[in-house]
Amino acid sequence: MKHLKIEQKRPRIAVFDFTGCEGCELQLTNKEENLGAFLNAIEVVCFREASSDEGEDYDIALIDGAITRPDEIERLKAIRKQAKLLVAMGSCACFGGVNKLKNAYDLDEANREVYGDLPKETIPTMAVDEVVPVDLKLPGCPVSKDEIERVVQHLAWDLPLPSYAYPVCVQCKQRYTVCRFDVGELCLGPITRAGCNAPCPAGGLGCWGCRGPAEAPNYEEFFALAKEKGFSEEEINERLSFFGGFEDVLL
Amino acid sequence: MLFRILGKEKFRSLIEVILESNEIIAPKRVGSNASGEPIHQFLPIDAFDEMDLDYRTTEYSAKTYFLPYRENLCSFNLDDGDWQQEISYRIQPRAIIGLRAYDINALLKLDKVFIRNKFPSPYYVSRRENTFIVGLDHDPLEDEFSQSMGTDIVTHGFDLFLTDLGDRYFVAIASDRGFNLLNRVEVREVTDDDTNTYKEVRRRILAGFKTKINVHNLPNLLDLEFTSEVWEKWGKKCLSCGSCAMVCPTCYCYGVNEEVSMDFSKATRVKQLHSCNLLDFAEVAGGHNFRPDQQTRLKYRYYHQHRGFVEDYDEPKCVGCNRCGRVCLAGISPAAVIKDLYEENL
Repeated sequence: MKHLKIEQKRPRIAVFDFTGCEGCELQLTNKEENLGAFLNAIEVVCFREASSDEGEDYDIALIDGAITRPDEIERLKAIRKQAKLLVAMGSCACFGGVNKLKNAYDLDEANREVYGDLPKETIPTMAVDEVVPVDLKLPGCPVSKDEIERVVQHLAWDLPLPSYAYPVCVQCKQRYTVCRFDVGELCLGPITRAGCNAPCPAGGLGCWGCRGPAEAPNYEEFFALAKEKGFSEEEINERLSFFGGFEDVLL
Repeated sequence: MLFRILGKEKFRSLIEVILESNEIIAPKRVGSNASGEPIHQFLPIDAFDEMDLDYRTTEYSAKTYFLPYRENLCSFNLDDGDWQQEISYRIQPRAIIGLRAYDINALLKLDKVFIRNKFPSPYYVSRRENTFIVGLDHDPLEDEFSQSMGTDIVTHGFDLFLTDLGDRYFVAIASDRGFNLLNRVEVREVTDDDTNTYKEVRRRILAGFKTKINVHNLPNLLDLEFTSEVWEKWGKKCLSCGSCAMVCPTCYCYGVNEEVSMDFSKATRVKQLHSCNLLDFAEVAGGHNFRPDQQTRLKYRYYHQHRGFVEDYDEPKCVGCNRCGRVCLAGISPAAVIKDLYEENL
């Protein structure tokens, strides 16, 4: 296909699942109204959830999930060798996600709790970039299909990649949502990266920070105001550590 | 200006007449805050009883009905190596009920920017011209400083403006369409008794302003205090979240980008409101950011409100509604910042 003399590239994409719920992969197959066009714009080389092909000559690797087992490290390194562009897709791949909660416990105890007397080989949870270099991070739980589409358009047409330096509050306000702090709830919106279009506050739930920090968040003021509004350090920390994006700034 | 008296029961008929052929936006109760006080927003209503004219304030201004947070400026159809551009303006009739004087004054300021400026915006003009405005007087809020900004009184920019006299409204008529519409329900002429009651109510309202800021010589003062530590004091609190600009009835800064459909057959040029407090507001091609610090960005917000806009339009951009002060989680309010500037309070 050729438009305005621009030749469209058809990126060769592979999708790989590591430790996670695979919901981000499911997101790739959502938004049925343009799913045909989406699949037309790319070449799916390997995608267990959507295709029986298991090709290995991909250029772009989308990584879903965190790294929690030794064999995952080897597999990820092999993917990194093949991929020209490696994308961490979703909060697990970007920060470790909810899997990272495991790191607060004794590993053997966690293993027993989950697998009983059939233990698995396990290591502390890592984000993808703790193992191999990552070219692009798309945080979110789940990842936003719109954002994936923008990436595909960037690869196929060289359209600029959107970036959101600002926090969720902007998008929340643009939806006319009542501030969750007004109704007495904790919300990480003021320090969390926008781009999700703020569905949680609009649905009545304060932000849990699945997209990780915005650029240069004002943590000092945010923690001060959250405490002033009566939230304990424990409550704030629980929220901050939920998706793993704020682990460097825990109180 | 023409004045009439409208009975409260006739007001209901008036709203029903408007509803026959217009979408109505009115203050609607959407919930309660943590202290149990009602929260109101300007939202579409389908029936008279859905609106709550006893509202104190709305968290958001009604700006989005004139300058939408997100608006398609045009679309492109890409076909056969060629392209066509399509532009459409919103022309569906709409009425907004219950706007305060300061919110109507905010529209008059936006009119200067988007209608009377060198390059009028047809997007704004079509929305403004097709919106019927019924204003409503109110007893001032504790923290509003509209009187200081000279926006507590409005004489034009609306169709009808109501003052509650108990069992009836004192109606100011500022347009022929307002006059014609009012004639579809029963109104009567103003008597001396009505005028006296109206004056009494106005006196009560005027006496009710608690928060005052000194705006005399403010543009000059801002120039003198460019390097004041007041900016650091308040700037370091700023979350750079843009909430102040989003709820402001006059903030109009925006960004434009193009979105392409997944089958690459259509593109849309989208305008989205932005805020001078956001980190990337002054970032330019090549990556340089002219205002990388939050305190500089906060300062320039005040400069636009109270100095730059005065230079261009002979009046401040701020109307004193204090929605920004109320929405700010960090507690930054214009009254406090400006007071500090006068007193060099650090």
